[in-house]
Amino acid sequence: MEITLIYWLVPTLVMFCCGVYGFITRKNMIAILISLELMLNAVDINFALFNRYLHPEMMEGMFFTLFAIAIAAAETAVAIAIILNIFRSVKNVDVQGIDQMKF
Amino acid sequence: MDSVGSIILYVVIALVMIACSVLAVTTRKILRAATYLLFTLFAAAALYFMLGYEFLGAVQIAVYAGGIVVLFVFAILLTSKPGDKAEKLTSKSHTLGMVAALAMLCVAGYGLVKQVISATAMPQMAEQTMAEVGETLMGTGHAQYLLPFEAVSVLLLACIIGGVVIARKR
Repeated sequence: MEITLIYWLVPTLVMFCCGVYGFITRKNMIAILISLELMLNAVDINFALFNRYLHPEMMEGMFFTLFAIAIAAAETAVAIAIILNIFRSVKNVDVQGIDQMKF
Repeated sequence: MDSVGSIILYVVIALVMIACSVLAVTTRKILRAATYLLFTLFAAAALYFMLGYEFLGAVQIAVYAGGIVVLFVFAILLTSKPGDKAEKLTSKSHTLGMVAALAMLCVAGYGLVKQVISATAMPQMAEQTMAEVGETLMGTGHAQYLLPFEAVSVLLLACIIGGVVIARKR
């Protein structure tokens, strides 16, 4: 058995679809952020995979993943700061309970 | 032809990836979702090591598992009591989520089967030395990444300031 590209792409596709499902069904904002991380991670893996399988002499995909990880870290930190701030004002992190931009 | 070891490794990584990502979006305890996310990220790191991108795997563990998941756990513990459960899904949002995910799965899966099924096995790659990675990250020449590197460092600075400004006590 040869492990070709498609064998890796299927798990990452499932991972991405789980992210889509969680993003739509979840109410808690942190859980939504977790689903977002799943989607981001699936895409990161695909960058590295295509780089490794199709152009092993280059490093573009790997570096794209590296920068995507850095940006995901920054994005998560700011998002969690916002969520904590919202929690402090309304004591709630459910998206249903937050319908005002200004408190 | 791949060795038995790498096939076993593939099965383990793929199973952990699928099972833990499904559990992360279906479990009703939010702290467990974060833990399942952690296992998914570890599986991704293992995959990077298996592909031969050791630096990327190390970064994945250090930044995602060591930084982002810890941040998630802190935020969860600050915003909910341990033992809190998410309310049961209404059938409407469940159906909506399922339809979106399955539609995505069908469309992308069809594309994969049509286009990528004939792809070849993993080609040989010269082992990446750390010096090579560093030169690519810090060089200014063709296909070298000093400018994005600096842009990311400015972004991280802005993110630190933004995080402090947003989360500080008034």
